[in-house]
Amino acid sequence: MARLSEENVRLAKEIVGRYPRARSATIPLLHLAQQQDGHVTNEAMAHIGELVGATSAEVYGTASFYEMFKFEPVGKYLINICGTMSCALMGAEDLMHHAEHRLGVKLGGTTDDGMFTLERAECQAACTEAPCLQVNYRYRFRVTDADFDSLVDDLKAGRLNDEIPAHGTVARVRQHIPLDRGVGAVPPEDVTEAPAWMDGKAAL
Amino acid sequence: MTTTEPTPEIAVDPNAVNLTINGRPVAARKGELIIAAADRSGDYIPRFCYHPRMSPVGMCRQCLVEVEGPRGPMMVVSCMTPVAEGQVVRTETEQVKRAQEGIIELLLANHPLDCPVCDKGGECPLQDQAFSHGPGESRFIEEKRHYEKPIAISDLVLLDRERCILCDRCTRFADEVAGDALIHFTSRGNNTQVQTFPDEPFSSYFSGNTVQICPVGALTAQPYRFKARPWDLEKTESTCTTCSVGCRITLESSRDELLRYQGVDSDPVNHGWLCDKGRFNFESVKSDARLSNPLVRDGGSLVETSWSSALSTAASLIRSAVNAGGASRVAVLGGARGTNEDAHAWARLTSALGIDSVDAQLGDGLPADVLSYPQATIDEAARASTIILLAPDLKEELPILYLRLRDASEKKRSRILEFTAKESGLTRYAWKTVPYLPGTQPAVVASTLADAPISAQMATGSVVVVVGRSNLAESDEYTMAALDAVMTAHPNATVLPVLRRGNVRGALTVGLGRRDAVDILADAVNGEIDCLVLVGADPIGDCPDTELARRALAAIPNIIAIDTFATASSSKASVLLPAAAFGEKDGTTTNLEGRVTRLARKVTVNGTSRPDWMVALELADVLGHDLAMASVSDVHADLVSSNAAFASATRSALSAHPDGVVLEPVRSSSPSRVVPPAAERPGFGYRLVVGRKLYDNGRNVAESPSLAPLAPGSALHMHPLDLERLGAADGASVKVSGDRTSIVMDVKSDDSVQRGTVWAAWAQPGANIGELIDSTKWVNDVKVETL
Repeated sequence: MARLSEENVRLAKEIVGRYPRARSATIPLLHLAQQQDGHVTNEAMAHIGELVGATSAEVYGTASFYEMFKFEPVGKYLINICGTMSCALMGAEDLMHHAEHRLGVKLGGTTDDGMFTLERAECQAACTEAPCLQVNYRYRFRVTDADFDSLVDDLKAGRLNDEIPAHGTVARVRQHIPLDRGVGAVPPEDVTEAPAWMDGKAAL
Repeated sequence: MTTTEPTPEIAVDPNAVNLTINGRPVAARKGELIIAAADRSGDYIPRFCYHPRMSPVGMCRQCLVEVEGPRGPMMVVSCMTPVAEGQVVRTETEQVKRAQEGIIELLLANHPLDCPVCDKGGECPLQDQAFSHGPGESRFIEEKRHYEKPIAISDLVLLDRERCILCDRCTRFADEVAGDALIHFTSRGNNTQVQTFPDEPFSSYFSGNTVQICPVGALTAQPYRFKARPWDLEKTESTCTTCSVGCRITLESSRDELLRYQGVDSDPVNHGWLCDKGRFNFESVKSDARLSNPLVRDGGSLVETSWSSALSTAASLIRSAVNAGGASRVAVLGGARGTNEDAHAWARLTSALGIDSVDAQLGDGLPADVLSYPQATIDEAARASTIILLAPDLKEELPILYLRLRDASEKKRSRILEFTAKESGLTRYAWKTVPYLPGTQPAVVASTLADAPISAQMATGSVVVVVGRSNLAESDEYTMAALDAVMTAHPNATVLPVLRRGNVRGALTVGLGRRDAVDILADAVNGEIDCLVLVGADPIGDCPDTELARRALAAIPNIIAIDTFATASSSKASVLLPAAAFGEKDGTTTNLEGRVTRLARKVTVNGTSRPDWMVALELADVLGHDLAMASVSDVHADLVSSNAAFASATRSALSAHPDGVVLEPVRSSSPSRVVPPAAERPGFGYRLVVGRKLYDNGRNVAESPSLAPLAPGSALHMHPLDLERLGAADGASVKVSGDRTSIVMDVKSDDSVQRGTVWAAWAQPGANIGELIDSTKWVNDVKVETL
C-alpha cells in the first residue's frame, strides 16, 4: 500500500484544488503520504508527481530538502532530543546517553521492535524549558532521565495514544474546505490589476 | 553565443540603453543582462551557472561586479541584473577581485582537484577560472566531501558528485530546455547533490547536452570518458547529418579517430543543443563492420577486388542493361544520406545516361513537390503565431526541431495546432491536438479549420505548417491533401517540410526525385529493371512495404551498391563499393529548411572507401561520359552554376556564413493530385499506424555500441481498453495479420494510441512491422489475435 489510498487520493485532489498551481500542493501531499505509511515511499512520491504534474525527481528533490520527511521506515515514535545551546547547557548530552542506553540504539537508530527512533535535533524553540524533546513533534519539557523512562513506558503501554499519534500524523483534525468556499486563487501571471483594497493608492 | 549586434539607429531606439563598463561606454538593449553586455564589450566576467540559452539563476555568485548606486558602489550578480540607462559597472576593482577570489576558494573547498585524471581537465571553466580569477591558495584544511563515484544517471551519462559545484546548469537544461526534469537537486546544505529519482534514470534524448554544458568534470559521457585529453583533440566545425535538422557541431578526433561531437550554437538552427543520437553515433564511423574494400560477386559469394576492376564490372552491368533495353532498364535509389556534391554528381551521371527511375526517398517520405509550396525556415516556424503540425512525432524523428517548437510554445510565442493519429512528444505542449483516424486526415483538417475559435487563432498572425510523413502504413497522398486543405483555408501559410534523411532536401533539389521509389520497385517486380544502383539506400530496410522491396530486389538481376555497411539490400549486390562516411568527406549539406552548410572531413576514410561523388564521376568516365569534374570543389562549382536554387551557396558565401545560406525558393506548378478516398472505419481489426522512435536498428544506431541497447524493440502498442477487449495481458505475444502475412509481436498497453488503431515503431530489433504494410493500399488494417 505504497501509493496513496483511494481515500487519500480524494483528499489529495481537494488539497490540489486549493492552489492556483497544482505543484504548490507538493508538500501538503508529502505530509499526507507520510501520514499514510509512516514515511514517504518512492511509490507515493511518483504518485504525488502524477497528481501535481511534476516528475518524480522534482517531488523527491523538494521532499529531500526537509529533514522531517523520512524516506526509510522510522519507529512508531520518533524521539528528537534537542542538542542546541540551552538544552546542551542543561544536560542534553547526558539525556541522550541515557536514552541510548534505555532504548538500546544509537542516535539515528530504530529499536528492533519498530517502536522508537532516536534523533538529535536542533533548537526546538523551547529554551526556557531545557532540556526538551519531542515525540512525533509533541513536546516534553525539562526532561530528566526518570521522565524519559516513564515516557517510554507510557508510550509502550499505549497510555499516550490519545495525545501522541503514530509518526506521520501532523494533526488528527483535518481541515476541509469545500471547493466552492475557496477564495478562487488566481495564478500570478493572470493578475493584471491592483487588488481592489489598494483603491488606486499604488501602481501594481 | 549570439547577442544582438548594436545597430546604427540604436540612438533613437526606445529599447536602447547606454551604460559604462570599466569606464568605456557600451550600447545595450533593454532587458539585456550586464554579463551579456560585458561579453560584447570585451570585459570578461567569470561565471559558472550563467548560460545565454537558459534563464539566469545566480547560483554560483562568481559573476559579482560593482555597480554604482545611490549609496555608492555595490556588488551585484551580473547574470541576474539587467542593464539600465546611465549604469556604471566595474568588473575589475579590488573589491570585485576579492569577491571573485572568495567564491573560487569556496567552490574549491569541496572540489577534489583530481584534474590530472578528470576528463574536463584542460577545457574546464573551473580550472581555467581558478587560474584567472582565483586566489591561488586556499585556507581550507578540512576533509573534503566524498561520494561513491561515479554513479550512472543514465545509460550514457555518469556523475561524479564530489566534483559538482551545484551550478544548476544540467538540472535547468533538463527542465527548461529538454522538458525532461528527471534530474534535480536533492537534500540540503553541504549534502546538496544532483540526483535522479531512485530507479528512474535520466533517460532524456538530450542528456548529452548536460555533459557539454557542465562547467566542471561532474558529468561525463560514457562514450568519451577516459578516451582522450582535450589538448590532444583536433577540432573542426561541421554539420550533423543524422537527421535533416542539420545541427552545427564540432568533430573532434585524436590520432585519426573520431572521439566526440560537441554542439555549436547556431542561432537559426540548434542553439548549441544536440540529440544523443547525433552526438554519440560517431561510434558507427569507426565500427569494425564498415566495408573497407570493393567487393564483386564471384559465384555465390562477394570477394574483394580492386577499385578499377570493381568499377569496370559495375560499368559493364549498367552498359549492358542500357544496351539491352534502354536507360529505362536502369534505376538509381538513394543519395539522400550524402553531401550535396554526392547527390549532384549522381544527378549528373543519371541525366547523362538518360535514367529517369531515380529517387532519393524510398516511399517513406512525401512527394518531392512538397518543396514547391511557399517555404518557411525553422526560425519562422518557431516565431509563428500558429504552428500547424501535420507531422510525425518530431521528438522521435527530428529532436532539435522538437526543442525549437517546444520552446516556441513554452515561451508563449506560438500556439501549436496538432493533427495526429497518436499522441506525440509535442502533444503536451500543443494548444489543441486533433486526433484523426488514418485515411480521414484531409476531411478532419478542413472541418477543424472551419471552426470559429480555430480561425480566430489563425488570424492572429503568421501560420506555418510543419508537414512530414506521420504514418508509414498510410498513403502520403492523405498528408498532401491535408496540406492542400490548410493552404486553401489559409493561402498565406508557409510550409516547413520535415523529410527526415540528412540531405534529402539537397538530393531532391539537385534532381534525385524523378519517380516515386515505390513505382520503381513495382516495375522491378514486373521484370522491367535489369540494373539497380543503390547509393547508400537500403530499400529492404527502409521502404515501408518490406515485401515489395524484397521481391523487387530478388527480381533485379544486377544490383550495384555503394554503402558504408553491408545492409539487407546492399549484401544482395553484384558489386558492393565501400563509401566514405560522415566525417570522412568534405562537401556541403542541405537541411530540412533548405539551409546549405559546410561539412568537414576530420579523419581519413576507412580502408579504400571513396565518397559517392567520386564513384559517380569515375563510373561516368568508364562509361564514356566526361562530366568535366575532378574534385569536390569542381562538383560544388558545377552545382552552383547549373542549379538556380544553389546560386547563392557559393564557397565564399558559405565561408562567410558558418550558419549557412538558405536555398533560393524554386516555384514550380503543383501537379494535379490524386484525391485519396476518405477511408472507412476498419471493418475488422485495427487501423495500422507506423511511426519512428529515435533509436532503431538503422546502421548508425546499431553500429554504435552506446546507442544500440537503447532501441526499445518491436512491440504492438494498443489502447488499454482495446487490449482489455482483446483479452490479452500487457506484454503478451499476439498474432498480427494483414492480407498477405502475419507476424508475432509483443503487445504493449499505451494510452497515447487511439482506440481502434494500433501503433508500431518502424525498424526495431525483433518482428518487422513492414511485413504488414502494403503500399498499394490507401490505408492498412490489421487483425490482432491472442495466441
